[in-house]
Amino acid sequence: MKEEQDYIQDLAEIRSMMERSSKFLSLSGLAGVMAGIYALTGAYIAYSVFNFNPHEIIYRSFESSSLSMVIFIAIAVLIMAIGTAIFLSSKKARKRDENVWNATSKRMIASMAIPLAAGGIFILILLSKGLIGLIAPSTLLFYGLALYNASKFTFDDLKLLGLIQMGLGLTSAWFVEYGLLLWALGFGMVHIIYGIYMHLKYER
Amino acid sequence: MKVSIDDLHKAFESRVRLGIMSALAVNEGLDFTSLKDFLDVTDGNLATHIKKLEKESFIEVEKSFVDNKPNTTYYMTQEGKKAFEEHLNVLEEIINSQKKKSN
Repeated sequence: MKEEQDYIQDLAEIRSMMERSSKFLSLSGLAGVMAGIYALTGAYIAYSVFNFNPHEIIYRSFESSSLSMVIFIAIAVLIMAIGTAIFLSSKKARKRDENVWNATSKRMIASMAIPLAAGGIFILILLSKGLIGLIAPSTLLFYGLALYNASKFTFDDLKLLGLIQMGLGLTSAWFVEYGLLLWALGFGMVHIIYGIYMHLKYER
Repeated sequence: MKVSIDDLHKAFESRVRLGIMSALAVNEGLDFTSLKDFLDVTDGNLATHIKKLEKESFIEVEKSFVDNKPNTTYYMTQEGKKAFEEHLNVLEEIINSQKKKSN
């Protein structure tokens, strides 16, 4: 016959399995810190080297050759951030004896990818219409939506992060002249602070 | 309500079967590979436990083809859901009553 201890263990394992099979918990907090550093570096280069600082929705005074450089920087930041996230999360998954490409991570990625894809297309439309000033606010807004959506399949904390990014996106859509600054705040500072918080909370 | 060990369903005696049911309780459906991943058991072991749960009609199977490869997805039936919830309740009752006894 089973002992009381066994039943408590049964319940503990049921709870752990429910969590493990529905949430991807190997998402790395340090990856958030790194993404923040890349974003701050990117924003700094765009601002100081290429003088990019849209102060109006239609940003006429900006050369198109510099604009393609700024787009290039943005894409480089994105690729480096995603690459680091994949690398550090698979390292964390290995440590936790979990497969990084499993049912939960697939669901988390799918729930992020759809708002992000919609945002990406929307940004291409803005770009083609010359509405440069709205690009930074849109990246924040759609990224926030993606995080909010993905929080169901990973740490709940991502919900608040999503709301913060959405708030910053909407604020910067209104105050376009602070677009780059708020972008650096959202993708840079908030990522770094949140990443450290997640690291201390879950990875020690 | 008085509960006893006898109220615990035999199908849930094994940790693996309990694990399968827990994973299916929070997922709409899971394929064989995902279940194997979560439970960390061998193919044969998992297949045996799945068969037992299927026999109790606690889970159901849907076979389909993904990229021309056979793919099996497992779902929890209404009956399975009910039995699993009951099992959780009984577990809780047992633990609570034993706590009271020891006080």
